[in-house]
Formats: sequence, C-alpha cells, structure tokens
Amino acid sequence: MGETTFRVWRGERGKGDFADYRTEVGEGMVVLDAMHQIQAESAGDLAVRWNCKAGKCGSCSAEINGKPRLMCMTRMDELPAGEAVTVEPMRAFPHVRDLVTDVSWNFEVKKKVKPFKPRAPDAPDGTWRMQQEDVDRVQEFRKCIECFLCQDVCHVLRDHHKHDEFIGPRFFVHSAALEMHPLDVEDRVHELKETQGIGYCNITKCCTAVCPEHITITDNAIIPLKERVVDEFYDPVMKLVKLFRRKP
Amino acid sequence: MAEYERYEHDVLVIGAGGAGLRAAIAAAERGARVGLVCKSLLGKAHTVMAEGGVAAAMGHVDDRDNWQVHFADTMRGGQYVNNWRMAELHAKEAPDRVRELEAWGAVFDRTPDGRILQRNFGGHRYPRLAHVGDRTGLEMIRTLQDHAIHKGIDVHMEVTIVQLLKDGDRVCGALAYDRERGRFRLFAAGAVVLATGGIGRAFSVTSNSWEYTGDGHSLAYAAGAELMDMEFVQFHPTGMVWPPSVMGILVTEGVRGEGGVLRNSLGKRFMFDDIPDNYKNQTADNEEEGWRYTQGDKTARRSPELLTRDHVARCIQREVREGRGSPHGGVYLDIAWIKERIPKAEEHIKRKLPSMYHQFMQLANIDITKVPMEVGPTTHYVMGGIRVDGDSQMSTVPGLFAAGECAAGLHGANRLGGNSLSDLLVFGRRAGEHAADFAATKRGGAASSESAATEAIRVALAPFDRGASAGAESPYAIQHDLQKMMQELVGIVRVEEEMSRALTGIAALRERAKRVGVYGNREYNPGWHTAIDLEHLLSVAEAVTRAAIDRKESRGGHFRDDYPDKDPAAGAFNIVLRKGGGGEMQMERRPIPAMPQYLKDIIEAQKA
Ligand SMILES: Cc1cc2nc3c(=O)[nH]c(=O)nc-3n(C[C@H](O)[C@H](O)[C@H](O)COP(=O)(O)OP(=O)(O)OC[C@H]3O[C@@H](n4cnc5c(N)ncnc54)[C@H](O)[C@@H]3O)c2cc1C
Ligand code: SF4
Ligand code: SF4
Ligand code: FES
Repeated sequence: MGETTFRVWRGERGKGDFADYRTEVGEGMVVLDAMHQIQAESAGDLAVRWNCKAGKCGSCSAEINGKPRLMCMTRMDELPAGEAVTVEPMRAFPHVRDLVTDVSWNFEVKKKVKPFKPRAPDAPDGTWRMQQEDVDRVQEFRKCIECFLCQDVCHVLRDHHKHDEFIGPRFFVHSAALEMHPLDVEDRVHELKETQGIGYCNITKCCTAVCPEHITITDNAIIPLKERVVDEFYDPVMKLVKLFRRKP
Repeated sequence: MAEYERYEHDVLVIGAGGAGLRAAIAAAERGARVGLVCKSLLGKAHTVMAEGGVAAAMGHVDDRDNWQVHFADTMRGGQYVNNWRMAELHAKEAPDRVRELEAWGAVFDRTPDGRILQRNFGGHRYPRLAHVGDRTGLEMIRTLQDHAIHKGIDVHMEVTIVQLLKDGDRVCGALAYDRERGRFRLFAAGAVVLATGGIGRAFSVTSNSWEYTGDGHSLAYAAGAELMDMEFVQFHPTGMVWPPSVMGILVTEGVRGEGGVLRNSLGKRFMFDDIPDNYKNQTADNEEEGWRYTQGDKTARRSPELLTRDHVARCIQREVREGRGSPHGGVYLDIAWIKERIPKAEEHIKRKLPSMYHQFMQLANIDITKVPMEVGPTTHYVMGGIRVDGDSQMSTVPGLFAAGECAAGLHGANRLGGNSLSDLLVFGRRAGEHAADFAATKRGGAASSESAATEAIRVALAPFDRGASAGAESPYAIQHDLQKMMQELVGIVRVEEEMSRALTGIAALRERAKRVGVYGNREYNPGWHTAIDLEHLLSVAEAVTRAAIDRKESRGGHFRDDYPDKDPAAGAFNIVLRKGGGGEMQMERRPIPAMPQYLKDIIEAQKA
C-alpha cells in the first residue's frame, strides 16, 4: 500500500499538538500496527495503551480521523487511501500522554452500581435453572469489553462534563445486564434516576453507533431502563418516546 | 525525598487475570488486607481473550463424566509428567468453582433443561467446557472483577513489579513502578502471590499480548524459586496466518468442536492419517462418525481434529513442510462445510462462534460461514513455570505463592484446552487462602530490604542514562531479535544444534541488553517499559532453551527432531531450574514422586 502519513497527537496532560510520521503500510495492517511501527522506527516513547490486539480487551480506544474506534480493529484499507490519518486520544477523559487518557473515573463509577444479588437457588445442590432465551438479552450486554468509546462519544460527558451526575452509556449497559439478569433481585431504579442521571440521556444513539461489540445500547439497554424509571418516576424524554411509540 | 511510595498489605497479589482475581477474592474473604497489582487496566488481562471455555466435570451434557475421567484425561494429555496431586485437586474442585461463578453473576450458555451447557474440546472425553459462545474468558474475568471490586481490595492498575524483596529466606514485598508517572512503589507484604501469566512474547508468532514477557517466572527465579517444565511450550495448532499483521492471533478450538475440519491443499482431511496409538480406541476413523461426535452423538468417537494440540500442530506443520499447505503457509480450517449437514448453518455459526466470525470478517475480509480459513501453529501457552506445592501453591521460597499460567505442574507436557481457566479458579483460590494464612503469621520486614529497593531503582533507571547516545541499543530491536531467534531455533520442532546456537545467541543479546538506551521521560514511556521487560524475556528464553536441550526425547509440547520418540526413562523426571550462587542457571532432573494406587487405578480404568 506504500507510505502513509500519520498525524499523531503528542503531548502531556492536555497540552500537545499533532506530529507527522510517515511509515510503510503493508497488507492487512491496522492502525495499531502503524503506531507500533512508528514506535520502533522513530518515536520510541510514543505512549499507546493496548493489550490483546484482537479487539477483545478494549484497551486501545482512540479517535481515528475524528471517530472513536479501537486502533487494533481499524484496518488501514478501510480508511481513505492516500490521505493522512489522524490519531488522537479519547477526548472525554483527562489526558495523560500522547494517545493515553486517564479512564480511572469509569472504574470508580462501576463501584457505585449495586452488585449482583441472586435469588435463592432453585435446586437443592445450590444451583439455578435458566433458559437460553431468558439469558440471550443479558448476554448481549455482557459482550461489553469496557473500551469506553460510548462514554467518549456521549455529549453528556464529552461536551457537558456531567461526570458527577451521569454514569454514561457503559454503565447503563452494566445496570441493564444486572437488572435484566433472570436471577437478580436487587433494585437499581431509584439510583438510576436520582444519582446516575439516566434522565440526561436524550436517546441520540451516538453510543450505539460506536460500540465495537455492536451492543444496541440505546434501544435494548437505556430505553428499557428508562421505562422502568418512568414506571416509578417521571422522565420528560420518555414521555415523548412513549407518545411516539403509541402512534400506529 | 523518598525514592518511592510505600504501601502495606497482608497479601500482595501480582497479576489481575483469572488467577490473580480469584486469589485476591479468596485472601480478602479470609480477612487479609489485599493489594492487587497489574500491568494493564483492570479487566484487560490475558484471561479476557480466552474463548472456548472452562473445563469442569459437571456432567450436564453427558452424565458419564466425573472427576475421575477429567483427572485421567488431564494426565494423559500431559503425558504423565504432571503433578498428579494438582491434577486430582483440579478435577475435583473445578465444578464448584464454575458454579460459584454463576452465583456471582456469570451467564453461561444453557442446556435445554436450564443448566450450564458444556461443549467438546480436544483431549476431553466428554463435553466438558462450560462456555459463553466464544468469549468465555471475558465472562469469567468480568464476573471476577465485578465481584472483587466490592471486597475492599486495593487495586493498583498499570503498575509493574520489577523485583521481589526478601527478608532472609522469606519474601516480604516487591518493588514496582507506575506506568502513568514512572514513579516507584514499595509494597511490603506478609505473603506474595504471583499470577502473572505466560511467556508467549519470547516468540515472534504468538497468540499472546505484550504483557506475556514471563515476568512472574523471572521474578521468582531471581528470588531463588525453582522453575519446572520450561521445555513444555504449547503451540496451538490454529492461529491466523494471513494477513501478516494478524499472524498468530488465535482461532479457537471451538471451531473444530462445532464441526470444523482441517484440510490440506488437496482437499484431504489429513488428520485421519496419523492417530496416535493411545488415542486410537477413542477416535473416529471415518468422517461420518467424526461429524456425529461433534453433534453430540454419545455413541460416536471423537473426530481426529480434536486430538491434543501438540499432535494437531505437528500434523499441520508436516502438511505445510511437505508442500500440501495453503497459499500463505497454513492449512484450511473449514466450518462453512456444515451447511451440507444442517439447515441455517450460517446463523448457527454466527451464534456459536460470534467473535471468530467477527475477527475474520474485520481483520481478513473472510466470511467463515462461506469459505474456509487459513490457519497454522502459534505460540500459545507455557506449561512450565514456578514449581509449587500442589495443595498450597507455595513455591520453594517461603511466602511466595504462584497460581495460573505462571505456575507449573497441572498440565505436565501438554495442556488440554479449557484446563487453564479452571486451573486459574481452583489454584487461584487455593493460593489466595494459603497466602492469607501464611501472612497472618508473619509481619512486615520490608525495611530490611530497602537497600535492595534502592539498587533495583538504579538498575531500572539506567537505560535513561544511556539515552539515545552512540552505541545505545534500542529495546525494540533486541526484543525483536530475541523473538525471531526463539521462533526459528527453539520453536515447534527442535534439534540440539539449533538450540545450542540459541544459547549463544541469548548470551549475545544479554550483552546488548546491557547497553540498552531509552529517551523521553518516565511518564508512560513504552520504550522504557520494553527495556525493563527484556531481562525477564531473556531469563525465560534461556530457561526454555536449556530445559529443551536437556530433554532428549519428544513428549507433549516438546518435539525433538533428533529424538522423535518418547523415552520412558525421561517420563520419570521433571527438569528443574534454579539460580546458582554465581548467577548461573542450574539444572536438575527431579524424579516425579510415585503416584498413589487409587490414582493409578483410575488411570488404568480409563484407558479402556
Ligand atoms: C487467545 C487465547 C485464548 C485462550 N482460550 C482459552 C480457553 O478457551 N480455555 C482455557 O482454559 N484457556 C484458554 N487460554 C489460556 C488462558 O486464557 C490463559 O492461560 C489464562 O487466562 C492465564 O491467566 P492468568 O490469570 O494466569 O494470567 P493473565 O490473565 O494473563 O493475567 C496476568 C496478569 O499479570 C499481570 N502482570 C504480569 N506481569 C506483571 C508485573 N511484572 N507486574 C504486575 N503485574 C503483572 C498482568 O498485567 C495481568 O493482569 C487462552 C489463551 C489465549 C491467548
Ligand atoms: S443515547 Fe444517551 S447515552 Fe447514548 S450517546 Fe446519546 S445521550 Fe449519551
Ligand atoms: S458498551 Fe460498547 S462501546 Fe461501551 S464500553 Fe462496552 S463495548 Fe465499549
Ligand atoms: S488491544 Fe485489545 S481491543 Fe485493541
């Protein structure tokens, strides 16, 4: 494929600029390969977070040509040929260095979601019975690799910085996985409304669009949770959704 | 100004994969104050990549299964050089450990009667692997992670241990740096559990991530612990071979478990050509029977694609070497063919193997529901590791425990698929409990090793002093050269002469590593991190090579072209390595303790 220019964000703690690197792009290469090649050739200290290089761990999240994506799953041949490729860190989290951001906020948020609490076992040997069709829905949510790309793209966090009042789409997915778990008996609806800010979500579906695991975050996780909230409380957006849905 | 920050824990767990998380939970439940350290973020450890499943003889799909069969399968797979005590405990305890995951929120695929579903896998006599599609590792690590964060465990993410600290004979803590700032941390602890995973990065074609630089093996070795079975490295038969940038990425054995078949360029299912004698009774000798087996027919024998990994990998290597390979130097793995047998095959494949479908679509532009994949062997797992006591998981250094891939014993010469995830749960828990008990009797001590910490810091920072000055070596270049050499000279087929050259090569690389230089600052600097990892990689490479030279036979993952047969005499010992007083690597053939009669009887009974 020949040489390609990469415009890579370099800098520390928010300060920085793009630096241009040229490197040879071979068949089947992904953006993460290019970053590694640049490290080995000319920028040994280029900070990149990655782990599995197989789309399974959710470490290598970045913004490629402005879009939140996994570097290890973005093939060079799907980007416009002959044009420079920009690679930037996720913008919704504090910057550390180069392509690395501080995502620790997400780990703190997760602790605030009430953990799994199963009903009493169904069988005397302490086990449960669940049918496959009853767990299909939850298994979709449990595909999440915690890449936080959905958090990165959501305007409530990215533009409005509601990190203290809004847990973000990843943790709505997490809450949905718990709430819809056939065995779970905990109730998380009150917090979802009061402290976790589900009301801020106005169903733009940007999160769903970027999810590398193709989880239908908005339709399958957030809207059903909002419905549960509405059953107990009031949510202006949901009122509209309900009106809309009622039309033939 | 202190050169490091100081932390106190009763139990320090190094590694947050399945083994480390399970150990941390167990130690915390015993009332210990637990610190959990990992090189990457929480939930990203290698365990997340496991696909096929976790082996446990629950007998949900075939009620003939029980711990005795699982034990015998594990021993036979490991060619009887396993630590039989670990194989026994593992087979007995795995079912409870899997059920416990369900109680903590894991959602496994279900049987029609609503229990945990189990699938076939190579070397397991009955369907035994509990699974979630082909993302079982993700389910497991997330369940453990979400359970652990509510246990009051102190998690130190993106922190790398560079040295273990000792008080006399006993381990009393560890020194580390954090990636983000490059600052040092001293952890004082009553006991330390190593759960650092494997060594795949010592080779160039591997399914393993950057973390797999053998840190735990090397840290323990440097602290005086014994390593065992290092010659046994598992080359998984099916890694991706094309395009080049994805070479080595794993294609789960689950593809073959669901009916996928291996063919050479002539279209022949070559696995029928070479079925080892000790598996003949249990292996199908025709395609029809093999297919029925994958579809759950209990009267059918297993298809030969599901023979043990070492064997399948060598058969693939043979096809390629003899000119019957695919265009990119592999063979064909075909799951699409099942459309001849079942309706809606495309949907079935996508549901059973979603991440494989995804992986090939996205990385290779190949639709596996329509065309065959090209696959070839990839470095996957190390059976060898830190020698531990089978019950407590304590190494030969008091207070130092090891569990998971970095520990040796359970798998012998070859690991069966699915036996790693269960290993992590069974022995992670045991290590955590015993470490907590050990720590309860010991206190502090790290003060006595402060000078060791200061020296370790000096060594760790030395690459900066050399910077990018003339004569400084690039850490990336040394790492690359080592991987290439190990792949070529100590890979899937070994001969003495090549391995001797590898030893000379390792010594030369060690010299180069002394001149390694890095630039930039200490904050999130991958060049520096790579430089620090070099020592570990070199140590494990040397251990693998020395042990592989000494084992003059072929067994399990270790195949010698100059000694192609199994030697019964060599089946009576394990090779043990230890650091000598002068820093040299000492080696010893350690006799395997006699197996108790009741275990021997089980093995005999299962041979039928
Ligand atoms: C692609 C793939 C698929 C697999 N599929 C299966 C399967 O289906 N079934 C099965 O049973 N097995 C499977 N395996 C094997 C299995 O996944 C691994 O053997 C297992 O997950 C190892 O777990 P662990 O807990 O020992 O280590 P890991 O999960 O690798 O964790 C190691 C931890 O140690 C940390 N660490 C390492 N060095 C340091 C250091 N110096 N300082 C601090 N922390 C450190 C790392 O950051 C990480 O947190 C598969 C492996 C691969 C690669
Ligand atoms: S749908 Fe809701 S959560 Fe998703 S991006 Fe839009 S506002 Fe954010
Ligand atoms: S829901 Fe999707 S986008 Fe969000 S963290 Fe999970 S995998 Fe990533
Ligand atoms: S490196 Fe794991 S998802 Fe990209």
